[in-house]
Amino acid sequence: MAYSQKVVDKFEQTLKNPEGASVGRWKPGDKDFHRVGTGIVGAPACGDVMKLQIKCENIDGTNKIVDAKFKTYGCGSAIASSGELIDMLKGKTLEEAQSISNQEIVDILELPAIKIHCSVLAEEAIHRAIDDFKSRRNND
Amino acid sequence: MNTYYFDYASTTPVDSLVVDKMKECLSVDGAFGNSGSRSHVFGWKAEELVEEARVNVANLINCDSREIIWTSGATESDNLAIKGAAYFYSDKGKHIITSKIEHKAVLDVCRQLESESYEVTYLEPNNDGIITPESVEAALREDTVLVSLMHINNEIGVINDIEAIGKIVKQNGSIFHVDAAQSAGKIPIDIENLEVDLMSFSAHKIYGPKGIGALYVRRKPRVRLQPLFHGGGQERGIRAGTLPTHQIVGMGEAFKLAKEKMSEDFKNLFKYRDILWNGLKDMEEVYINGAIDSAFPGIFNMSFNFVEGESLIMALKNIAVSSGSACTSASLEPSYVLRALGRKDELAHSSIRFSFGRFTKEQEVKETVELVKDSVNKLREISPLWEMYQDGVDLDKIEWA
Repeated sequence: MAYSQKVVDKFEQTLKNPEGASVGRWKPGDKDFHRVGTGIVGAPACGDVMKLQIKCENIDGTNKIVDAKFKTYGCGSAIASSGELIDMLKGKTLEEAQSISNQEIVDILELPAIKIHCSVLAEEAIHRAIDDFKSRRNND
Repeated sequence: MNTYYFDYASTTPVDSLVVDKMKECLSVDGAFGNSGSRSHVFGWKAEELVEEARVNVANLINCDSREIIWTSGATESDNLAIKGAAYFYSDKGKHIITSKIEHKAVLDVCRQLESESYEVTYLEPNNDGIITPESVEAALREDTVLVSLMHINNEIGVINDIEAIGKIVKQNGSIFHVDAAQSAGKIPIDIENLEVDLMSFSAHKIYGPKGIGALYVRRKPRVRLQPLFHGGGQERGIRAGTLPTHQIVGMGEAFKLAKEKMSEDFKNLFKYRDILWNGLKDMEEVYINGAIDSAFPGIFNMSFNFVEGESLIMALKNIAVSSGSACTSASLEPSYVLRALGRKDELAHSSIRFSFGRFTKEQEVKETVELVKDSVNKLREISPLWEMYQDGVDLDKIEWA
């Protein structure tokens, strides 16, 4: 498999210590669930499903991502890409998060060309999560 | 930890007894001669070894050694059999029957012939992956010149009833080709009891070297082939090219060993598969691809639902297996064989093929059971599909983005 050591390391760390790698979920009924945005992208039939959740707090009038969690069904690079994205998100404003491009993930993980779609999926997941969060705020 | 090899259906190590024989055919003090050289002892010696190997291959399937043609492997044998017969008998008809779950060496040849105005029927397997004699019978036509089906399927291990199918094909007057790359030396094949006209073999699937194979071509009644390689007239003009003595001797020795060890090998494969399946069958959402009762035990294909196959292979880093997952293929398509079984695509993505062999050890399989359980559980912990399944969500009712 033409994976970089970075993909392998990220994948193995995630499996070894899921909680430490931000694997998890917030579910309806949890305290603060109203401040969580969820994005699910992909399809089981295509072999990739990513679920990304961001928890935001209004700090000085700006929504900032204070925590994020994920679960991913997919190949090793899909799992590594979601984990990498999570690391990038924490502490960012929604605007900053919105502007993260898949290329940043490709560069950090040195993804092979055939696996670039994994990073695209991650980018789509964050957009969905942000949209979900914003729609919830509008409903407040 | 050592890496355990469970990918024998892909290739096998060469048996050391085979290696010893091959070594004798290469250097200046060995049988390095050209078996086509009729004028000196070097050629005679090589020819003798080539013919001895031919007998060894013939003995495994109980045919006349004059019915064995050397090729570079099962891919070439499939090409020679299908194109050779289709071209030679094109006056009789241009319809070919094969199945959707053949090896690419058959499917791609058929695709090529379609572009040359042949018509090909691709049979659907039943849910177990078997091509039934009834489905062959229903597809046969007056202009069917050739039927090409595999004996053991390389991905799921199911065995086609080539005895019953052969009878039906013969009644129709069509030629029957069987790709036996996965079955030769592993389960008994007796040509005397089969209405098979052409049969492909590979050496490297049964502890021989890569780069050598053979094609059985029936003599009575004689099956004619249009050659694909032209040149020095070797192999009675059917396949030109200097014979690679060391490769041929290796294949002969491997086939001889296979005959001696077949029942012992088979018993062990059965044991290994049972250890694996008994160790894993109580897990939730585990499926067998193919039919365990009628399949060759050396190939065992299972799906762990909600876990993607490539990630499982990556988690099982000290275990060499293969997957029908799209992510392990260059085409990014999940296995066409598993899809043809009528299962959901996600089960193809979640599939792992274990294939055992002569050098597999019981302890390796036992350790693997625990490693697989552990890895599947870990991957399910991070799988959103597993989470939904646990929550009672019907995944088929979700509109996926």
